Amino acid sequence: MYKYDEVDFRLVRERVEQFRSQTQRYLAGELSEEEFRPLRLMNGLYIQRHAPMLRVAIPYGHFSSLQMRKLAHIARTYDRGYGHFTTRQNIQFNWPELARVPDILAELADVEMHAIQTSGNCVRNTTTDAFAGVAADELIDGRAYCEIIRQWSTLHPEFAYLPRKFKIAVSGSTDDRAATQVHDIGLHVVRNDAGEVGFRVLVGGGLGRTPIVGKVVREFLPPQHLLTYLDAVLRVYNRYGRRDNKYKARIKILVQAMTVEAFAAKVEDEWLHLKDGPSTLSDADVAYYASFFTDPAYETLAANPAGFTDKLAEPAFARWVERNTRAHKRAGYRSVVLSLKKTGVPPGDITADQMDAVADMADRFGFGEIRSAHEQNLILPDVKESELYTVWQLAREHGFATPNIGLLTDIICCPGGDFCDLANARSIPVAEAIQRKFDDLDYLFDLGDIDCNFSGCMNACGHHHIGNIGILGVDKNGQEWYQITLGGSQGNYTAIGKVIGPSFAQADVPAAFEKIMTLYVEQRQDGEHFIETVRRIGLDPFKERVYAKSH
Amino acid sequence: MQNLIKNRAVVNGDSWRLVRSADEEFSIKEDVILPLAVYLECKDKPHEGRLAVWLAPEQDVAELQPHLAGLPLVAIDFPAFSDGRGYSHARLLRERHAYQGELRAIGDVLRDQLSYMAQVGFDAFVIRADRDAANALAGLDDFSEQYQATVLQPVPLLRRRVSLIVA
Ligand code: SF4
Repeated sequence: MYKYDEVDFRLVRERVEQFRSQTQRYLAGELSEEEFRPLRLMNGLYIQRHAPMLRVAIPYGHFSSLQMRKLAHIARTYDRGYGHFTTRQNIQFNWPELARVPDILAELADVEMHAIQTSGNCVRNTTTDAFAGVAADELIDGRAYCEIIRQWSTLHPEFAYLPRKFKIAVSGSTDDRAATQVHDIGLHVVRNDAGEVGFRVLVGGGLGRTPIVGKVVREFLPPQHLLTYLDAVLRVYNRYGRRDNKYKARIKILVQAMTVEAFAAKVEDEWLHLKDGPSTLSDADVAYYASFFTDPAYETLAANPAGFTDKLAEPAFARWVERNTRAHKRAGYRSVVLSLKKTGVPPGDITADQMDAVADMADRFGFGEIRSAHEQNLILPDVKESELYTVWQLAREHGFATPNIGLLTDIICCPGGDFCDLANARSIPVAEAIQRKFDDLDYLFDLGDIDCNFSGCMNACGHHHIGNIGILGVDKNGQEWYQITLGGSQGNYTAIGKVIGPSFAQADVPAAFEKIMTLYVEQRQDGEHFIETVRRIGLDPFKERVYAKSH
Repeated sequence: MQNLIKNRAVVNGDSWRLVRSADEEFSIKEDVILPLAVYLECKDKPHEGRLAVWLAPEQDVAELQPHLAGLPLVAIDFPAFSDGRGYSHARLLRERHAYQGELRAIGDVLRDQLSYMAQVGFDAFVIRADRDAANALAGLDDFSEQYQATVLQPVPLLRRRVSLIVA
């Protein structure tokens, strides 16, 4: 993991003091509400339905047991004993008191954490594959670049007041697990024909009101030019992005209005001036950052030790291994996904005691490292196969062992109307109703891989557009209704789902799901996944089934 | 102008007057900061005071390029502090067009933005009239370092770091 040096610490602490002064001046009436708003947002602080909400950054989803224990402490001391992991790999606290937020930030700074730019019209937390560095299918470990981007974007003086928020995602594996195609900038770490590492650069993807898949503006960017190129893209956006209408202010709208060719040409023009400038990365720069992401002290192990394979005779354990562990690049190790999608618990929520339990498990069975995934689950990246059984038992004890990773009940879900001011409808109770409907594990396993994503409004924090089955909360004359989309997907074949028809009352959502799933089971061929069946037969059969008049 | 911070100090008795619109009158003796169009009209006419230009966010700094050598001061307007286009203008003027004169932030200029403004090349700030410039001055010291290469610190932190380690 990256370790702060004196300068990193100093900058984060100076930021805390800056925010302390801003908060005090706001409370003293010296800063107006409008003046304080962007300042607090850039420190991750929203004013929500019940209380302020503080979003803490977990840069590219990497953190340590020490940091997790600090989060548990903050949850207990300043909040109501729990936190919520988000689709940007960050964590939110729902009940802090405004006047104490600077103290929370000061505590975070002690363990190399902050809330800088987790909201606001600036460059947000860079996200990446939660399995970066350990995945068996990884081509290139992009984490050194993630850290370089984190530092470049942190307190960037030119790009703090952009037209709108700006999100960057990096992926270096065959299977894009970072949703790079729906980000303002998506960077694929790739190798060109000559075997050199570089980036394929996509711009203008995004969800929200106008969901768009990002377009390639550069097939191959040599890595030394990463920062100058990012500066060029951001500068074009900062200067020409719309500021008159916040719904048309994202870079995707600019790219659409200019055409991707014209936009790419404009960036290229700008970049010609910046290229080879002082921010050009040398091999030594990259090597320095890469030195923080070397392998931990793995043991040389044989794959599938008897102590592990014997236990697979136990069906519940085998099921958990199948769904909640992932292949590791080293023999004898696997990555474990701790499910934060237990039925009855809001997706992504975690108590302070559970945080401590995860930290203990990371220390005991890993190298003290934890990852947060954008699907709102946690990962222990390096667990020995020989210890999986013990990890499973502990995970069960602490409520993380629901064997549903990638299944229908592993719902990606925003906080919705229970917490969020912008919501049209609640998401948490509806997600729970769906989980209850599909609580038969045999059936759930039989349905197989299904991404189900849920947003409480058009802002799409729950990424409903790219769910194989998506749910969107809509407001109909002050009542909560739910629209269902089918056919969305993330990853290498990113697609935006289509609405199947009129929206549903809350009570009717689980039944609609059931009809959709029944039709899928009837129609699937040769072990097709849900999304494959939807692609093959199209939406019409589903519409007919769901909206058929019952006789 | 009143409420001015320049070279990290509050300045009293600044001679420049900001002429906001084309129909605002000014005398031949005054030091004036003019809209670009007015400046282009006036620059070759007799004027005893000094002439400067201010730019709105939607204007292109490249238009100033032919005139920069003769300009003692360029002002960039921030109609709202949350409109960040002026930060790009400042860097372009300093880094691309090598502008050396005074670069003054005008409009909705407040303490909490000064640190970033200084980093991108502003060296003078007219603090919004209802706020105290002496108090705003503290904003310049919010940060003692920065990661990025900008006007104030042209070598990015990562280069300074890595050279420390390599040396
Ligand atoms: S999608 Fe809407 S309701 Fe859900 S968290 Fe985002 S803004 Fe709030």
